[in-house]
Amino acid sequence: MATEAQGEEGGLVFHPMDQFIVKPLFGDGPVGLFTITNVTLWMAITVVAVIALMVLGTSGRATIPGRMQSIGELAYGFIYKMVEDVAGKDAVAFFPYIMTLFMFIVFANFLGLVPMSFTTTSHFAVTVLLALLVFVTVTVVGFVKNGAAFLGLFWVSSAPLALRPVLAVIEIISYFVRPVSHSIRLAGNLMAGHAVIKVFAGFAAIAAVSPLSVVAITAMYGLEVLVSFIQAYVFTILTCVYLKDALHPSH
Amino acid sequence: MEGELAHIGAGLAAIGSGAAAIGVGTVAGNFLSGALRNPSAAAGQTATLFIGIAFAEALGIFSFLVALLLMFAV
Repeated sequence: MATEAQGEEGGLVFHPMDQFIVKPLFGDGPVGLFTITNVTLWMAITVVAVIALMVLGTSGRATIPGRMQSIGELAYGFIYKMVEDVAGKDAVAFFPYIMTLFMFIVFANFLGLVPMSFTTTSHFAVTVLLALLVFVTVTVVGFVKNGAAFLGLFWVSSAPLALRPVLAVIEIISYFVRPVSHSIRLAGNLMAGHAVIKVFAGFAAIAAVSPLSVVAITAMYGLEVLVSFIQAYVFTILTCVYLKDALHPSH
Repeated sequence: MEGELAHIGAGLAAIGSGAAAIGVGTVAGNFLSGALRNPSAAAGQTATLFIGIAFAEALGIFSFLVALLLMFAV
């Protein structure tokens, strides 16, 4: 939206955070619980893209995979190996959930990098829901699989007895901070990166620094492509780590 | 006046980004020095590397969040 910046001496005419405003898709009414907004649109595109890759791509079942089938199989193998390595063999039952999480986040991140698009994962409302689902799932799984023994997660048996109550308090706090950091990490990274690109775009209006600003935008964009993937990877691998804690709570 | 103070606070919160940068650099640097000593064991530890980086980085993101809250919510 660099064309909007036409101040006499340059400067930020648009605000770098404007790109995150949730607008209704039809009309100008208030945004309610069931209003169709740009977030709804881009989430729908994300889901359609994931389905297109995983269902259409692999429906051919060619012995020699084509491009789409290769990418689908690569993603499947990558996540399957991660679940097996990090969370353990008995966590494979949760593979569909973790695969869905990864595909949704990675597609939402990459689609957010398309110019003029909307980054759904840059909103805390989206990531907090994802992280809370993981938190609730992990807690429920922990109690169902281990019963009261799940509380052993907070009782560090390898520490000296006098230290254990102190450690238990720290462990309980860190357990409940998990969904907070889990969600804020994803949304914060995405939001910060996109805001930085917009700030550099604002400098493009000043003739003297505009070549520098274009180079900076290109460099930041490259970094953002990397960050988009790494953050999706980190979100899923942390889900696996939490799942491992729930399945094997003993320290 | 309070709005200006909030902006100063937001700028001060940006120090946290630098602190997170030091943390991420420490994690990645130590991983690299360990990996160069024993390259055969490095491949199995990349997941741990990313988890470590993610934890170090999350605290920097918290300071970014504090800056955002001061800019837009106070």
